[in-house]
Amino acid sequence: MKANPNDVFTGIYYIDGDVAAAYGALAAGCKFLGGYPITPSTEAAEAFARKAPYVGAQFIQMEDELGSIASVLGASWAGKKSMTITSGPGYSLMMENIGLGAAMEIPFIIINIQRGGPSTGVPTSTGQADIMQSRWGSNGDYEVIALAPDSPQESFEFTIKAFNLAERYRVPVMLMADECVGHMTEKVVIPEASEIEVEPRRFYKGKKEDYIPYKRDKDLVSPLVRAGEGYKLYITGLTHDEKGYPILNNKSLPDITKATVKNKKSTNQFLVDKIRKNKDDIIELQEQDLEDAEVVIVSYGITSRVAYRAYEQAKKQGIKVGMLRLVTVWPFPDEKITELAKSVKGFVVPEINYGQIVFEVDRCSHGQANTILVPHGGASVHKPEDILGAIKQIATDDKKYDNVIEYTTSLEKLIFKGSLTEIINK
Amino acid sequence: MANTNIKKEKLHPMENLLRMDRIPHIWCPGCGIGNAVSAFAEALDKLELNLDQLCVVSGIGCTGRVAGYIKVDSFHTTHGRAIPYATGIKLGNPKMKVVVISGDGDLVSIGGNHFVHAARRNIDLTVICVNNFIYAMTGGQVAPTTPTPAYTTTSPFGNFETPSNVPQLAEASGAVYVARWTALHMRRLTYSIIDAMQKPGFSVVEVISPCAMYYSRINRLGDGLDMMKFYYDNSVIKHGEPTDNLEIDYQKEIIVGKFVDRERPTFSDALQNWLKGKGG
Amino acid sequence: MKNSNISVQSGTHTLTGCQACAEGALSAGCSFLGYYPIHPSFDIVERYAERFSDVDGVLIQMEDEVSALAAVLGASWTGKRAMTVTTGTGFAQMAEHIGLGIMLETPCVIVDVQRDGPSEGIPCNPGASDIMQARWGSHGDYEIIALSPNSPQDMYDLTIKAFSLSEKYRTPVVIVTDTDICNKKEKINIPDSKDIKVSTRKYYKGKKENYLPFQYDTKDLIPPMVDVMDGYRFHVTGLTHDERGYPVMNDECQELNVHRIVQKIRLFVDDIIDIEEEKTDDAEVVIVSYGTTSNDALNAVKQVRKEGIKAGNLRLKTVWPFPEKKILELAKKIDNFIVPEINYGQIYLEVERCARGEAKTHFLHHDSKKVGTAEDIIKLLKKVTK
Repeated sequence: MKANPNDVFTGIYYIDGDVAAAYGALAAGCKFLGGYPITPSTEAAEAFARKAPYVGAQFIQMEDELGSIASVLGASWAGKKSMTITSGPGYSLMMENIGLGAAMEIPFIIINIQRGGPSTGVPTSTGQADIMQSRWGSNGDYEVIALAPDSPQESFEFTIKAFNLAERYRVPVMLMADECVGHMTEKVVIPEASEIEVEPRRFYKGKKEDYIPYKRDKDLVSPLVRAGEGYKLYITGLTHDEKGYPILNNKSLPDITKATVKNKKSTNQFLVDKIRKNKDDIIELQEQDLEDAEVVIVSYGITSRVAYRAYEQAKKQGIKVGMLRLVTVWPFPDEKITELAKSVKGFVVPEINYGQIVFEVDRCSHGQANTILVPHGGASVHKPEDILGAIKQIATDDKKYDNVIEYTTSLEKLIFKGSLTEIINK
Repeated sequence: MANTNIKKEKLHPMENLLRMDRIPHIWCPGCGIGNAVSAFAEALDKLELNLDQLCVVSGIGCTGRVAGYIKVDSFHTTHGRAIPYATGIKLGNPKMKVVVISGDGDLVSIGGNHFVHAARRNIDLTVICVNNFIYAMTGGQVAPTTPTPAYTTTSPFGNFETPSNVPQLAEASGAVYVARWTALHMRRLTYSIIDAMQKPGFSVVEVISPCAMYYSRINRLGDGLDMMKFYYDNSVIKHGEPTDNLEIDYQKEIIVGKFVDRERPTFSDALQNWLKGKGG
Repeated sequence: MKNSNISVQSGTHTLTGCQACAEGALSAGCSFLGYYPIHPSFDIVERYAERFSDVDGVLIQMEDEVSALAAVLGASWTGKRAMTVTTGTGFAQMAEHIGLGIMLETPCVIVDVQRDGPSEGIPCNPGASDIMQARWGSHGDYEIIALSPNSPQDMYDLTIKAFSLSEKYRTPVVIVTDTDICNKKEKINIPDSKDIKVSTRKYYKGKKENYLPFQYDTKDLIPPMVDVMDGYRFHVTGLTHDERGYPVMNDECQELNVHRIVQKIRLFVDDIIDIEEEKTDDAEVVIVSYGTTSNDALNAVKQVRKEGIKAGNLRLKTVWPFPEKKILELAKKIDNFIVPEINYGQIYLEVERCARGEAKTHFLHHDSKKVGTAEDIIKLLKKVTK
């Protein structure tokens, strides 16, 4: 389905990533934003608030992030495409309700403009240290989809992509931007509505009395209904069966729910399967020069722009280097990494954190290639020299390592006069 | 540069109370937080309190930075949770005098739940709420205390929501001392802080403050000093006024004064009596 | 240790896992419990409530889990050993304050009695699906210590160990357990108080005017701590800070502050990791298990050994930090790892990573309704060794 022309502010703009994300959400048909101000995401909420009345969208600033995410879940059940925008500390506060949204299979978006962490951290500066949290932050088993833009233009485009994925798979989708992208002002081209693909919500089309909330289609996703249309929904975060009724501890209690469906199994297996089995349709990567590469840089978000500079410099020095950029960070492209590991010497993983996605890369390489992490605490982006240094280290080292190697960056050398490992051994 | 022959004089009367190595502070010219901190420092001076026994806890926001400038054991915690953190300190070491200094968004928006319960329990804390009607640190978003129909970045067409009435919330939740002053009522504010700190139980002192950078600017109300004078000139002192009359509205006067001063056993008193009664 | 009057009820008792946890906390000198009632952690509170006045302790029911952990952090700065108890959803609420505890380097213990399933789940069934959440639940970079007991005696012992580790490393420590262990009633042995060793936080001993809250020791990267009211007039903040505790907003300070906090655990994992091996010396297949599943795994090993299958079990008492070296060492000797978990694959991912392709890793979803039986594990053991 094409986007609604009324929602799309076609034109050429010079705006930052935050504002671009807000415009992207509106273009995707988002009609509800429940938010709470937190640096560096506030510009997005403000842009949405300014445009909301013109497109029939609702903006509400809630009393805190807990309230924000709860209101988003409710609005989604009322039939509206909903989202919230936050940063690290707010994201942490939303964890319980993310789990609730995942268990209830509600489509919603969270835009996390990551900042330096942990705790209050560096509010006005960049980081990428919430990436593991986006996958594992809430209790229980569930799967999410996470996208990482590297420019305001991508913030616009990926927000639309995020909404489409959320509707298609009824999962929480995280747009893991960061302060650098959020506050970077660049040219953003918003095309005509006819050029924007928007996924409509998969509404149930059968008879009301036959409706079973969690009866799944072939792709393991169940059609949705709206609250207020007479379906008499009972939706709960308790583990439930196909009818949505909670499964009690059926070790010792009698079957007090007279279920008409034969299958009384819990739906929890499907929460993970519906993403795991559809991985190939969801994962999106950008590859460059992988065919004969000896060293592959695996990067995501803003770091890929810095990594590109290091890639160019390495190529000039004759190193056979390739680039793999993760557009979707979750689900992680296991098979791609495993396949590459067979032919490369090693992976260089620059991240603005002290090691998160690097462990996934290491896991999928099954010991066939070395993995080196180029860490960075945050509050700025990497220096290309550090990534280049790591590329050279992998290219020239023939030893097989037993674990992820951590590259000693110029910043670490500056602050600690060497690596911390050396300091404690002195 | 400056004349290096100038004799080194004492910088500020409250030098031993402030972290002079962090001055200049981050607040904007014309901000009322400075007034609140001065009044607090003055109160500490008059109270002749053993500063080792004082602890200041604040949340996140412009007022949240106060903890970083006062030279006592101080904690800059998470947004909205200064009160439960302070509860932990107070119950962990009942000899401490614990003061929470934070902003309106931190205390009655995200921290609203904790504000209500700490008042209900009557934990022995003093809360100084600097109310500038806006979320200033994050760039000027609407707050639960923003009056109608003020403009903010997230109420770009004007705020239509009913603002919170902080003294009413405090009284209804069970606070034993509630007062409100504007930032220019320096002497009265100082004495209210002294009263609040000396009173056992949950005490709240609200300070109506200008926000020079956002609230005044977005709503074209002049600069910080203009707003400070406006609040002072449009205020009227009515001690004991029923708290449901205390809503902030530009068409009305700002009622200031001491509204609640009552006696209730504190959380610790109630616990001790309970344990005694149970034959502990 | 500043608080006295530890009430250690030495001797043999029949207690549930929850009660054993409370007794362990009391034995370790815990004198502050801030909590929010949630099943199935509430029994720990009940036991503590019966005993806390013996140790001059403080018990407070806060208005939610967020404030429960906030109060615990505050109390820890008064010198008290402080703890909170919760389950999965409450643990999710505590994510932001775990980050604050890490940043302020505050010792405290969080007990997560896991249920099965995401969100509210099945409240009365055991689960193991908060393991990854314990590691990655909060935003930003940090390392966490997480312990996984498998019996009431283990609950008692590991609760004491949790306090000890949190004091030594100045970090929040998480105990991940589940409803089965917490409701199981078994005989536990509480030793004499002189035999209980609990580390105390490193206190600053220098001149007051020279005190810098985050000036760390280069041999262990841990700064000495002080309590409130001792006259140090310190300031601590969740913002990135330098040695003075004052916020500095640049990448150099972020490196100084955060990298050290991460490495103070990472570089000392050998001191923290605690594992138990059963028959791994000559094993061809090793089960990597933790918590309640490890009981079923041990039964499985016993049974299949009778049939000639050379199986062994590696039990993780500390789930985090993960024993990377041990997994690789075993992987080089054996053909297969089996990782049974009451979830859809969490620690299994770490085993797969650390095996580095030297051994195959097989995941088994141990259904919460089948906890207490080893049949699925035995079936898989037989399948991979055929």
